[in-house]
Amino acid sequence: MKSLGSIRRSFAPWADPNAKPFIAFENVTKRFGDFTAVDNLTLHVYEREFFALLGASGCGKSTLLRMLAGFEEPSSGRILLDGQDLAGIPPYRRPVNMMFQSYALFPHMTVEKNIAFGLKQDGMPRAEIEKRVAEMLKLVKLEQFARRKPHQLSGGQRQRVALARSVAKRPKVLLLDEPLGALDKKLREETQFELMDLQQQLGLTFMVVTHDQEEAMTMADRIAIMDKGEVMQVATPAEVYEAPASRFVADFVGSVNIFEGRIAGRADGGVEIATPDGITIRADDSSAAGEGTVWYAVRPEKIRISSQKPDNPALNAIEGEVWDIGYLGDMTVYNVKLAGGQVVRSSELNSQRTTHDPITWNDRAWLTFPADAGVVLTR
Amino acid sequence: MNRLAAAIASRAAIIVPYLWLLVFFLVPFLIVFKISLSFTAISMPPYTPTFDLSEGWAAFTESLSELSFENYLWLRDDALYFNAYLTSVGIAAVSTFLALLIGYPMAYAMARAPDSLRPLLLMLVILPFWTSFLIRVYAWIGILKPEGLLNQFLLWLGIIDAPLIITGTYAAIYIGIVYSYLPFMVLPLYATLEKMDFSLIEAAQDLGSTPAGAFWKITVPLSVPGIVAGCMLVFIPAVGEFVIPDLLGGSQTLMIGKTLWNEFFANRDWPVASAVAIVLLLVLVVPIMFFQQAQAKAQERDR
Repeated sequence: MKSLGSIRRSFAPWADPNAKPFIAFENVTKRFGDFTAVDNLTLHVYEREFFALLGASGCGKSTLLRMLAGFEEPSSGRILLDGQDLAGIPPYRRPVNMMFQSYALFPHMTVEKNIAFGLKQDGMPRAEIEKRVAEMLKLVKLEQFARRKPHQLSGGQRQRVALARSVAKRPKVLLLDEPLGALDKKLREETQFELMDLQQQLGLTFMVVTHDQEEAMTMADRIAIMDKGEVMQVATPAEVYEAPASRFVADFVGSVNIFEGRIAGRADGGVEIATPDGITIRADDSSAAGEGTVWYAVRPEKIRISSQKPDNPALNAIEGEVWDIGYLGDMTVYNVKLAGGQVVRSSELNSQRTTHDPITWNDRAWLTFPADAGVVLTR
Repeated sequence: MNRLAAAIASRAAIIVPYLWLLVFFLVPFLIVFKISLSFTAISMPPYTPTFDLSEGWAAFTESLSELSFENYLWLRDDALYFNAYLTSVGIAAVSTFLALLIGYPMAYAMARAPDSLRPLLLMLVILPFWTSFLIRVYAWIGILKPEGLLNQFLLWLGIIDAPLIITGTYAAIYIGIVYSYLPFMVLPLYATLEKMDFSLIEAAQDLGSTPAGAFWKITVPLSVPGIVAGCMLVFIPAVGEFVIPDLLGGSQTLMIGKTLWNEFFANRDWPVASAVAIVLLLVLVVPIMFFQQAQAKAQERDR
C-alpha cells in the first residue's frame, strides 16, 4: 500500500487550469439581518480534496458549511455541487452529509440504529443496511459497541459514531464542523491522521471547518483562511505558512514578526526596507513595488540568536536585549527588545541550540536572518 | 459539636418530607380507609364504630372486629358506581388526548420561539392561575350558555340560525377540562422540548429525513418524558374532577367526583363515600405504579 504522503504529493487539481471544480461558491453572500456573515465569496473545491476552512469564530466559516448542507440559503450568489445548482434543494435531498460539532447523535437510538438512520431514509433493503452498518462499525473500530446508546460511550467513541453515521450514505461531500473540537489534545492528534486515512480510503471530498490551525495544516490539502465573511487566502498549508498573502494570514497562522517600513532601494533582485526605527532589512522579494508602507514578515524559527555580530554581511542583523526566554521542551523562545521598543521573537530547536553560547536575560544579542527568510507584504 | 449539629440538620432535612407525607397523606388515607370499613349511623360523626381508647383495650379490639368490606361489595353490586368510574376515566382519557393535541404544538412553538420571547409566552400560559379556578369555570358558563358570547357571535356571523346547546352536555365538560388543565400539559412538554438539542433535527434532515419524518422519529420519542408527565398531570385530576362537570355538565352527567359528592353531602353516607374515594385512588395509583416500574426497568436496561 502506498503511503498517504505519496498519494497526496501528486494531488493538485487546483493547479490544473482544465480541472472542473466539484464544489463552487459563486459570489455567495449571506446576511442575517444587518450582519453579513459571508460577503461576496467565491471559492472552488475539487473532487477528493481535503479542504479546510480556517478562521476565528464568527468569520462565517460555519455559515458557509451550513449553506452547502442546505440549512441556510444564500442571500445572493449560487452554490454548485458537481455542476448542479443547489438553490432550493432542501437538506434532506442534498447528496452531502454533515458531521456536527455536537455530534448530534440520536440519544434514544443505539449506535447501530444511529448509523442505519440515513440508510433507512433512503429505503435501502434491510440486508444491505445491516451489511453497510457492519462495514461502518468496522471502519471506525466500534464493532463491540453496536448495541450501546450514545450516553454509554466515551467522547472519542461518540465522535467515531458521528463520523460513521455521516459517511454511511457515501455522500458526495462530507462536511465536518469542528470535528475534533470536543476531544482532548492527544486524542485529537491521533484522530487527525485517522480522518486523513479515512478520506483516502473512501475517496470522498471532505470539507472541514476549524479554528485550530494545526488541525487544518495537518489534515488539509488546501486551506481557506477566512475573516469577516471573506476569504483572505486559499493555498496549501506550506504556501499559507511560507508565503502568506497578507499580514492577517501571516499573523493568524503560526507566530510571526512583522517589521513595518518603506522600500528604500533595490539590489540583486531584492529590496531594502527601511523601518522608522532606523533598521534596514534586505528581502529577496522583488514583487513588492510602489511608494506605500510595506511589511516584512518573518517566522521566529527563521531568526537565529547569538551573542556576537555575525561576520556574513549578506545576512540581516539586528541588535537588541533579551527580554524573555520561554523553554518549551522541544524548543526555546527568545523575546528580544530592539532599541525602538519593538519585541522580536526568535525560536530555536533545543537539539540545535549551542550550549557553549548561553544567552540569558538582559544579555545583548544579535538577531540574524537571511534575505529569503521572510516575505514582503503590501497589505 | 458542629459536626453533630450538621449531622442532625442533614437528618432533619430528610425527615421533614417523610413527616409531611406521614401526617398529610398516610394518616388521612388511613382515616378514610377506616371510615370506608364502617357503617352509617345517625350520630356525630355519622358512622360507627368509632375508636376510643378511653374505654380500654378490649373495647378497642371489639370495635375493630365490627369493621367490614360491606361498602366495597355495595360498590361492586350497584352498576351506578361502575358506570361512573368508567365515564370518568373515559372523559379524562379523551380530555387528556385533546389537551395533548392542543398542548404539544403550543409547547413546541414556545420552545422554538426566540429567547427574548419565551418568558412572555411562559407567563401567558401561567397567567390564568392568577384568577380563581372557580371563577374561570363560571366564565365558561357565560361563554357557552344558549344566550352566551359564543352563540351570539356565531349568530351574528350567520353560521347558525338557532343557539347551540352546549352547557349541560359532555362537550361542555370537555371544553372545561381541556381549558383548565392545558397549562399542566404545556409546562412539562415545554420543559422537555426546550432542553432538546435542535441540531438533532438538522442531523435527521441531513441524513435524508423530511421535516415531518424527523418530527416523528426524533422529536416525539425524545419528548416522551414530557408527554407522560403532562398526560398524568391532566388525567389524574380530571378523573376525580367535580367542579367542571357540576357547573358545566348539568345534572345528568355521571362522573365519579359528582357521585362522591352526592354520597357525602346529599346522602350523608360517609362510609360509602370513603369507599368510593379509596377505589378511585386504587384505579389511579395501581396502573401508574405498574407504569413507573416498567419505566424504571427500561432505564435499568439502558445503563
